[in-house]
Amino acid sequence: MEKIDLKDFRFTGSTLGEIADLRTMDAADKAEMLMSGIDVEERDRAGTYLQVDHGRVHCKSLQQGVEVLDIKEALARYDGLPEYYWTQVDKDKDEFTRSAAGDLHGGYFIRTEKGAKIAEPVQSCLFLKGDMVGQNVHNIIIVADDSELHIITGCSVAHGSKGAAHLGITEIFVGKNAKLTFTMIHNWAETTVVRPRTGGVVDEGGVFVNNYVLLKPVKDLQSYPAIRLNGRGAVARFNSVIVAPAGSHVDTGSRIELNAPDTKGEIISRTIASGGTIIARGFIGGNAVPAKGHLECKGLILGGGVIHAIPELLGSVDGVELSHEAAVGKIAQEEIEYLMARGLDEEEATSTIVRGFLNVDIMGLPKELQDVIESTISESQKDMF
Amino acid sequence: MLRIEDLHVKIGDREVLSGINLHIADNETFILFGPNGSGKTTLLMTLMGFGNYEITKGRILFRGHDITHAPIYERARLGIGMSFQRPPTIHGLKTRHMVRMCARDSEIDVDALARKVNMDEFLERDVNAGFSGGEIKRSELLQLMAQKPYLLLFDEPESGVDLENMKLIGHTVREVLTGGIEPKPNSSMKQQLVLKRPVSGLIITHTGYILEYLNADRGQVLFNGHLCCEANPRNILDHISQYGYQECVRCLN
Ligand SMILES: Nc1ncnc2c1ncn2[C@@H]1O[C@H](COP(=O)(O)OP(=O)(O)OP(=O)(O)O)[C@@H](O)[C@H]1O
Ligand SMILES: [Mg+2]
Repeated sequence: MEKIDLKDFRFTGSTLGEIADLRTMDAADKAEMLMSGIDVEERDRAGTYLQVDHGRVHCKSLQQGVEVLDIKEALARYDGLPEYYWTQVDKDKDEFTRSAAGDLHGGYFIRTEKGAKIAEPVQSCLFLKGDMVGQNVHNIIIVADDSELHIITGCSVAHGSKGAAHLGITEIFVGKNAKLTFTMIHNWAETTVVRPRTGGVVDEGGVFVNNYVLLKPVKDLQSYPAIRLNGRGAVARFNSVIVAPAGSHVDTGSRIELNAPDTKGEIISRTIASGGTIIARGFIGGNAVPAKGHLECKGLILGGGVIHAIPELLGSVDGVELSHEAAVGKIAQEEIEYLMARGLDEEEATSTIVRGFLNVDIMGLPKELQDVIESTISESQKDMF
Repeated sequence: MLRIEDLHVKIGDREVLSGINLHIADNETFILFGPNGSGKTTLLMTLMGFGNYEITKGRILFRGHDITHAPIYERARLGIGMSFQRPPTIHGLKTRHMVRMCARDSEIDVDALARKVNMDEFLERDVNAGFSGGEIKRSELLQLMAQKPYLLLFDEPESGVDLENMKLIGHTVREVLTGGIEPKPNSSMKQQLVLKRPVSGLIITHTGYILEYLNADRGQVLFNGHLCCEANPRNILDHISQYGYQECVRCLN
């Protein structure tokens, strides 16, 4: 991994102004956003936050019970959000958090009302359009007690970008008996460097499901969201699907702390190196009983590359139940031959097995998004064999 | 349908099949017997074209094509269908999707087929994931019904199957082999067979339970890589259960 010098990037001066109708954006940008799950028609969406480079271009809630604001506006309106802002991520963690703290460009503030079950997802896209742009964003998600929310957040970069840096802070609060499904689709370019910093907390009976999809090349990405289950019966599940073609360096993982009785944590990652490097981390800490954690980290190397799986378990009390399963390997010849005996040629068989391996199904995404992801997987298979 | 000529097969350095000659006619079901380790599974795997089985001599002709060196999928598309004894689990691939892929371009009613073999509850499960022995057999048959092969290769349909499921499997194998045509009083079986697509079978059995459900025409014993003792399958079975395979040694020498 190369050292990232933030001085190479422009952190000021690129703001577009309001785009009232997302359909008016140019076709290439729309295509990139579609790959990140953004529906420019805003049909079947409960709200949208879209930022291009250094500022918001579109922000609205389309459904009662969910508030969608520009973080800057939310900070002004709610006295700086002292209970939330910079409580889950340490401002002084590294140069990237300091950059985001020092010069905030935007980000979303999404909050549900107590008891509100928001059926349609809220969508967000943080888009990098200008060359050598550095983007600082800070997102806050609050899912109030007894409410439910699905956020689909895509990050994209304009086609042909010569380079860009995305530094994103996200702080997540899941209330009592609340449920948040947070689906993040990263759609970067060979030249993009990415440093998200995410932390969150789940209260009693709350559920946090995190889906992460990275299928496109990225120069250098490092992310390690950390979730603390602080209330009795809280649950967290991370599902990640990561493909690293040649030139990609991806260092990613998730961390769950089981800090209350009856909590459950699960981390499932499926990674494929097709020329690139993946460091697949995972950490589950069990600090209360009864508590259960399971980590499953499976990687395939198809057409070169490196996968370094680092599953970690830490139990600090009697009676905690933590387990992990890690594997790095290749597609079993036996499976390929089985499918070939059913009439699939070698390529069909391999791609069927790879699709099953990545198993995007378990994320339970909206159909059109699932289709987009499936077709991106088919495309990225060209690098694999 | 199938003609095997002087087939020699090696696994690693070891010759497992030594000069097999076998002809299976259209609409004929051939039963293969033989002691453990004699090479029966090897013969089936070689016919399907699996990688570990090296053909050092001889030819395999299937419906007029020389498939001796054809890739597995080509054999499958020409119409060879095999029921696996211990198929691998394919994670993330639903049985429903698998069955549909077996049918390739032809339209099938997956649910209706699945109901026939009591597999309707398994369609949304990953292929073979945690399936019991009997469930695997039914799942394999379901895939074969979708695939509609001309030649059905079945390795020990009885193993791991309870009596009730044996009946289901027996009837289903029969249906795959006859293409669903049963004898009718008003037209002769022979007439009907002329009209339907030909389907043949090559079935390995130790117990012979499957014979109760099929019109098995011929059988033979595979002993130590050689085929011998051609006869009616029931007679072979009776003979083996009385005298064991010792007789084969005599007959070969
Ligand atoms: N992959 C392999 N590597 C080495 N030897 C093998 C392999 N597969 C089969 N063999 C050997 O080849 C011989 C024939 O095996 P095969 O499975 O064909 O026997 P079979 O007649 O089907 O026996 P069974 O009735 O027990 O199923 C055996 O001695 C077996 O050990
Ligand atoms: Mg065998």
